[in-house]
Amino acid sequence: MKRHLLSTEDLGRDDALLVLDTAERMARVAEASVRKLPTLRGRTVVNLFFEDSTRTRTSFEVAAKRLSADVINFSARGSSVSKGESLKDTAQTLEAMGADAVVCRHPASGAPHRLASWVRGSVVNAGDGTHEHPTQALLDAFTMRRRLGRIEGLRVTIVGDVLHSRVARSNVWLLATLGASVTVVAPPTLLPLGVSSWPVEVSYNLDAVLPKSDVVMMLRVQRERMSAAFFPTEREYSRRYGLDVDRAANLPEHALVMHPGPMVRGMEIASQVADSARSTVVEQVANGVSVRMAVLYLLLGGSGEVV
Amino acid sequence: MSTSGQVQNRGQDQGRAWVLRRVRPLGGEPVDVLLADGVIAAWRPAGSTGPDSEGLPPGTTILDADGLILLPGLVDLHTHLREPGREDAETVESGTRAAALGGYTSVFAMANTNPVADTAGVVEQVYRLGIDAGHCDVRPVGAVTVGLGGQRLAELGAMAGSAAGVRVFSDDGHCVSDAQLMRRALEYVKAFDGVVAQHAEEPRLTEGAQMNEGVVAARLGLPGWPAVAEEAIIARDGLLAGHVDSRLHICHVSTAGSVEILRWAKAKGWRVTAEVTPHHLLLTDDLASGYDPVFKVNPPLRTAADVAALRAGLADGTIDCVATDHAPHAAQDKETEWAAARPGMLGLETALSVVIETMVVGGRLDWAGVADRMALAPARIGGLKSPAADASGSVAVGAPATLTLLDPSPWRVVDPQALASRSRNTPYAGRSLPGSVRATFLRGRPTALDGKIV
Repeated sequence: MKRHLLSTEDLGRDDALLVLDTAERMARVAEASVRKLPTLRGRTVVNLFFEDSTRTRTSFEVAAKRLSADVINFSARGSSVSKGESLKDTAQTLEAMGADAVVCRHPASGAPHRLASWVRGSVVNAGDGTHEHPTQALLDAFTMRRRLGRIEGLRVTIVGDVLHSRVARSNVWLLATLGASVTVVAPPTLLPLGVSSWPVEVSYNLDAVLPKSDVVMMLRVQRERMSAAFFPTEREYSRRYGLDVDRAANLPEHALVMHPGPMVRGMEIASQVADSARSTVVEQVANGVSVRMAVLYLLLGGSGEVV
Repeated sequence: MSTSGQVQNRGQDQGRAWVLRRVRPLGGEPVDVLLADGVIAAWRPAGSTGPDSEGLPPGTTILDADGLILLPGLVDLHTHLREPGREDAETVESGTRAAALGGYTSVFAMANTNPVADTAGVVEQVYRLGIDAGHCDVRPVGAVTVGLGGQRLAELGAMAGSAAGVRVFSDDGHCVSDAQLMRRALEYVKAFDGVVAQHAEEPRLTEGAQMNEGVVAARLGLPGWPAVAEEAIIARDGLLAGHVDSRLHICHVSTAGSVEILRWAKAKGWRVTAEVTPHHLLLTDDLASGYDPVFKVNPPLRTAADVAALRAGLADGTIDCVATDHAPHAAQDKETEWAAARPGMLGLETALSVVIETMVVGGRLDWAGVADRMALAPARIGGLKSPAADASGSVAVGAPATLTLLDPSPWRVVDPQALASRSRNTPYAGRSLPGSVRATFLRGRPTALDGKIV
């Protein structure tokens, strides 16, 4: 593994598989009676969150604690950051405190890259702006592999606000690296102009793609996109790109429905679909802990046998 | 005030004479060039002039210029000197020091200072600071609209009539996006032969924009600044300039499409001129990949295809000149996440080298072409008095001894710490660039010699 996990774009196939295999072993810890390993005892993991994200922060916190690391939650709200302290000063503060790993969520694309140039510890990108969210893609891949037994050759359809989605970007690169074929489906306004250079097929027609999908991954669509004219109304978006019950019926029997959360039920996904047997939404949360344990373990070079 | 042990009787500098021995005017055959009384006094056969030669004024300094190229003093139509307001990033003194070291003898100081240069008072202040510093001529640019707000015309006539004699008006940093206001500005400045220099950026198309819209932006998840936002304004303003028969200048052209539109506007006979920055001639948007904001600039770095079109446009004259858009920024405004950083790059001390690398190496421009694009054309556009009719006239006997002496051969690695600017935001740090300015003369007086301010 490299020192940092900043994106899946620069994550090689061997490293990606190493994370997934390590996560399998970590998952067994969750099933054991004592759900804690001593491997990162004495190491400090800082959760540096410049955006509110209870689910991701908690997931990293649980992961670090299960590895016996000391966890410090450093939230931008109510701290010196909200008083105008720069990212660089924050980095130097963390450095002085001796953080071994910094898990960073930031509204600006590339902020973890900058951070990585200012601290000695490992930086884990926990979502940066509209760039990447690599551990989300790793947990999605982990979930697919557990459910369907493989990733190579899977036909994965990613639906929604691809333009603004860090989850989509991380999944596109990781799935391509692992040999899946990816189709992105969105209204043309919600695709980046440069999507032509991505290793994906592009479609504007969800109905045409669903019968040929092994996995359909729904992205959250923020209502405020409407005011910026990305689409006319919520209702029209939902009709054309939402996964309702009728549409879901066109999926192959074995196909999975995934969502990184938080969901907007009734907008991009119907409640019945989100709660159906083919939905992996809850599993994804559980798998997130295993994958993040694996990432922290590998980046910090944890000692001793895993399980 | 500059000081030097070498130059005596500083007040009499114009009376001091220099011989540039074996210099190559515009890269031509070597000659000895005598500078006296602030002008080029004579050309003599190469190597014929020595300390004891006849006809030299007393105290003449002989400078061995073997292998060096003589160019007219460079003129920058687009410089941010940051004073008044951001003296932590640059001052008129430090910026013009950088200019002299880069071979410049005139710079046009952009209006986006604090307070904005939108009154006669502010432009006169900047003008006087330039005279006090003495490193090169400073020509203030006046704002088109009050406070760069895009709402009301500033007192353009008052600035034109001030001691600063403003001829170039620009809201640079902001586009004059209101079509009616732009039309009025274009018409109004005709009364004093002014020109409006437009920062072409359709504001609605670039809300939140961070870098060139395209393949790299899609990958990096940075909001795109589409080429069309520049091209649409150039097309509109070209049409307006044609309609009212006014002079229009386009700042920092950055796209292949803009070059095409300019070519079309010029073919119509409209009085449209344009500049390109050194960085848009050399650098491309993939440099954003590491999210280092030293590469963040407005308009943004574009693609290799745009770079090729800009070079071709500068070579064939569709783009009239090179302008640096020298934009110093304090460290804390660049050592941030990309979106929080201010856009802009240093340029004065590296411009000539970048033009050599992109235009001379490879044969797109000869030295006369460099003289035209970096000195004569910007002087004409900016309304400087008596620019020579052509490149050869600018180094001929009788021309002002406002000159740049260039050693074209050495390659040097750019060291941000060694720059004269108060800021360090050069995109060329660690990059090797060709050429080195050996001397800059302003009306017969050296302002920079061998990398040092005189």
